[in-house]
Amino acid sequence: MIELRHISKSFKVARRASGLASAFKALFSREYATVQALDDISFTIQPGEIVGYIGPNGAGKSTTIKIMCGILVPDSGECRIMGCTPWQDRASFVRHIGVLFGQRTQLWWDVPVMDSFEMLRDIYRVPRQEYRRSLEQLTETLELDGLLRTPVRQLSLGQRMRCEIAASLLHNPDILFLDEPTIGLDAMSKQAVRQFIRTINRERGVTVILTTHDMQDIEALADRIIMIGKGRLLVDGKLSELRSRFGSHKTITIDYRAPRSRTTAVRMMPELPGTQVLSMDEERAILLVDTERTNLSEVLGAVSSHLEVVDVSITGQPIEEIVLSLYKEHEL
Amino acid sequence: MSTGSRLSRSAGTTPVRSPDNRHRLSDKRPPRNPKRYLSVFRIRFTSSLQYRTAALAGVATQFFWGFVLIMVYIAFYSSSDLEPPISLPQLVTYVWLQQSFLAFIMLWYRDDELFRLITTGNIAYELCRPGELYGFWYAKLLAQRMAGALLRCLPILVAASFLPSPYRMMLPPDFLSGVLFIISLLLGLLVLVAISMFIYISVFYTMSPYGSLLMFTVVGEFLAGMIIPVPLMPEWLQDVVYLFPFSWTADFPFRVYSGHFSRTEAAIGILLQLVWLVVLVTTGRRLMLRALRRVVVQGG
Repeated sequence: MIELRHISKSFKVARRASGLASAFKALFSREYATVQALDDISFTIQPGEIVGYIGPNGAGKSTTIKIMCGILVPDSGECRIMGCTPWQDRASFVRHIGVLFGQRTQLWWDVPVMDSFEMLRDIYRVPRQEYRRSLEQLTETLELDGLLRTPVRQLSLGQRMRCEIAASLLHNPDILFLDEPTIGLDAMSKQAVRQFIRTINRERGVTVILTTHDMQDIEALADRIIMIGKGRLLVDGKLSELRSRFGSHKTITIDYRAPRSRTTAVRMMPELPGTQVLSMDEERAILLVDTERTNLSEVLGAVSSHLEVVDVSITGQPIEEIVLSLYKEHEL
Repeated sequence: MSTGSRLSRSAGTTPVRSPDNRHRLSDKRPPRNPKRYLSVFRIRFTSSLQYRTAALAGVATQFFWGFVLIMVYIAFYSSSDLEPPISLPQLVTYVWLQQSFLAFIMLWYRDDELFRLITTGNIAYELCRPGELYGFWYAKLLAQRMAGALLRCLPILVAASFLPSPYRMMLPPDFLSGVLFIISLLLGLLVLVAISMFIYISVFYTMSPYGSLLMFTVVGEFLAGMIIPVPLMPEWLQDVVYLFPFSWTADFPFRVYSGHFSRTEAAIGILLQLVWLVVLVTTGRRLMLRALRRVVVQGG
């Protein structure tokens, strides 16, 4: 459904050193630096997938989305989405996609939400019946009932975001691009948005490409993640694969009674292969254990033979940390 | 699942859109569906109609300004022995029309939201929509000006028609002049919006609206006769003025109203307005397409 092949894109950015002298110099000759925003990106996405597209700030996520929407033209490479090249067949292509930029707004500020929806209906030429049906469905699942007659400026961010999502889906797109859909939302609204994305994916079969910095979004939604950094594609795989590859690490938190003798607990902590002490004080230690190198029970046994253990909790590595360690691994 | 089967899901209500044998649609094709643009026009229009207080303040300012201008011209006329190129009642009418249809003719009457759209990158949304950006923006600008004029023109026109003698605005000499005036005024508005589109397009290149806005307003308003009415300019300057499209937006319809132009002159003028309109819109669209090809959506 979506196929990117060797997409590259660079931007020219004006550069100058700080200070008056260089500012003056820049009046006459400007120096440009080329920033490679995307470097040979290729991937394929099947219909009905939810793909989490992640990477640190400035990695090129939004640039990729813009290329897939037909807003930006890449320097080289090929992109076919539903048989179209987005930037060439823009006019006919954009009917099939819905876009949500979490940091921007598509609703008219001073008029009721409904007016914006009706404008979008006309712009996309959605037949009346189809429009009514999809509006009903969206109103129900996103709980927009009381909001549609309110001017946008009086909505809270969470309410507005729900309306924005509805606006992106009024024309029944086959593909939905979500660029940071949960940015700035409270936990409740995030939950609602995630729930809704899952629903439309399941019920309407909408393919979703989602960029976010919130790893809970990814955990809740994405079957697959594509990670880029510095314009390069770094990881493309199932979330479960990633978890098993990096998820062999467990965090063990151990509470113990402070040792009576003068020797500190720190000295009593046994040295074990594949175990890393993250933090430690008189009464609590946090260890990171690579279960492929050391058995958990071995660690616990060693610790309890030295210290009087009060409480133990073992947690798997959250996706947040997996991604963080991926970033570190690739030196981002 | 193939793309074909995904599309046929909605085949019951919409014609099947097969992406593979679809011929390529380029942006160069003229807009085929005016409804899309009409809808943008409508929402901008209703949105602008909300600003009643701004309109009220505008009416007061324009009324006051009209008085000042007319007093100045009365003083000029009474101290001159020459045969004036335009009669005082015609000039007074010219001034009142200028003040009431300010929203139709002033280049500085701008849509900051469009500028923000470009400089903040919100334009990304509009670029993801079917339809042409030029058409959307044209519709918005037109709607904003029409809403502005609708709120402002009536109070001024009515009040000016009931003023005592030297200040009173006269009716058009006959019915036909009135009709020609309305046609030329509306065409003038279309030409003006086409001109103002260039200001917005230039922001793609400069990222700041103020330079081009200043240039366009200073030069444009002088050439449109907003500072000195065109008939009062020296002959050579009038010749220069007629080389530009600006006078067709303001000066021309007002002189059609007062009968300062004969009917034949008015008819020729309306034809020229149409020519300007076509030229400006075609160039504007082409420039905009070129700008969009190199546009970098800001931020994000």
